[in-house]
Amino acid sequence: MFNWLLEPLSYPFMLRGLAAGVLVGIVGAVVGTYVVLRGMAFFGDALAHTVLPGVALGYLVSGGERGTLFWWALGTAVLASLGIGAISKNARIKEDTAIGIIFAGMFALGIAIISTVRSYAVDLSHFLFGDVLGVTNRDLVLTAIFGGIVLLLVFIFYKEFLTLSFDPVLAATLRMPVGLLNNLLLAMIAVTVAVSMQTVGVALMVAMLVTPAATAYLLTRRLWKMMMLAAFIGASSSVIGLYLSFYLNIASGAAIVLTATAVFIAVFLLNPRQGVLRRG
Amino acid sequence: MYPHSHHQTDEPILDVRNLSVRYDGRAALDDVTFHLHAGERVAVVGPNGAGKSTLFKVVAGVLTPTSGTVTVSGSRPAAHVCIGYVPQRSHVDWNFPVSVADVVMMGRSAVMGAFRWPTKRDWDFVQNALDTVEIRDLAKRQISELSGGQQQRMFIARALAQQAELMLMDEPLTGLDLPAQEGILNLLDKLQQQHVTVMVATHDLDQAEKYFDRVMLLNHKLLGFGASQEVLKPERLIQAYGNRMRLVDANGNLMTLDDSCCGEEEHEHV
Repeated sequence: MFNWLLEPLSYPFMLRGLAAGVLVGIVGAVVGTYVVLRGMAFFGDALAHTVLPGVALGYLVSGGERGTLFWWALGTAVLASLGIGAISKNARIKEDTAIGIIFAGMFALGIAIISTVRSYAVDLSHFLFGDVLGVTNRDLVLTAIFGGIVLLLVFIFYKEFLTLSFDPVLAATLRMPVGLLNNLLLAMIAVTVAVSMQTVGVALMVAMLVTPAATAYLLTRRLWKMMMLAAFIGASSSVIGLYLSFYLNIASGAAIVLTATAVFIAVFLLNPRQGVLRRG
Repeated sequence: MYPHSHHQTDEPILDVRNLSVRYDGRAALDDVTFHLHAGERVAVVGPNGAGKSTLFKVVAGVLTPTSGTVTVSGSRPAAHVCIGYVPQRSHVDWNFPVSVADVVMMGRSAVMGAFRWPTKRDWDFVQNALDTVEIRDLAKRQISELSGGQQQRMFIARALAQQAELMLMDEPLTGLDLPAQEGILNLLDKLQQQHVTVMVATHDLDQAEKYFDRVMLLNHKLLGFGASQEVLKPERLIQAYGNRMRLVDANGNLMTLDDSCCGEEEHEHV
């Protein structure tokens, strides 16, 4: 058993992958708490997909070199999040329709750009489903720095984000800069998307934001506890998922997301508070 | 973030002049002018969609009027953090993961200031506010575990923690049973002792008459504002409610009113 746990750790790529997975699991889950409470899951999913053309362009410009992709992802994500925010506020069509149009259009643009490259299929699948075992030390440092900034902002503006999410009118009567805080939260989600891209990829990203936070929501009734618990579930899902990936030869991103999903289903069914199977 | 304006005590606490709000050309409020003095208790009555919520949101400084001015203690509402807005209970996500004390603490945000966490003083404030509304023992409950009356008390406590001097309550009695309604109405006496000025939107003309210093009759325009016996006259009520109401002549001149009401209040874009 002990050996079973230790063996993967002798590979540096596994160590880096685990570190990245834990970081992304924590940051995604903590920010995801607000995504879940404010009903922004579709926005998060759309945002992740919208990053693709930016990353594809960066990939093309740098001639297949992966080192700069983080910055391309970060730039596109922040621009897209603020863009979606502005459009959904001003458009005459409904918010989710506007998001849907932009998200599919940008995603198609990304696929179009990548399809001009010869190694199309392999490269595309890395972007779509992540490549956590290909994380470099440099990636890891960037993930830690930007993930750290996001967590710091969650901590600093805890009472503001809490108040704004629960009662926007109160936030306005307390003269909080509501528009600025909303945009800051969108930008924080964007940064989270950028740092998670390599771990789970564009297509599965929304699971890192939503699944651990939703699991924690079922288990606790205080925001800070929900954040802590979500972070723990997110980090554990990454670790367990990577071990499954190592031994069962499953794609790493999929293994992480499946683990998080299994935890959610188990809690949903068995939760002592309101689990479906405990109700009767 | 979090401005603190000086109050000019010789000014009325609330001065509204020629206030109009239009949505897509339709007038929600039309040329409304009135003022309130500190410590007054006013009921705002009128049919659904009369602009009561709109009026409150403009006074709270959350909604910008199309024309006219609103002045709170000598300056514009957006310069104040002492205006407490008590929301309609149906507009609240009761499954949000917060305790009663958490919600009341939100009211302290402005007093605390940015980048600060609650101190002992802030928790004392929260405890005192919960004492005043008599739900101290529920401080640690999740908010979905409260009854309707307790939910309303929690929001009043939040406005107290905010040190609100002007409290705007949007339909606080709607959907409460009679004992709970009386509890809230009695609480208004305590607020008056603390010199809090209170505006309450209500559907119940009897309560408006019994428990409030002045009554404001609103249907986009201000149709009357003053002592209840002057404002709640049949001809004015018909002007406000049109054929949406039944006048019942019970015990001489007491009137009750059926406003086919109590569903959603008007929907505004904020």
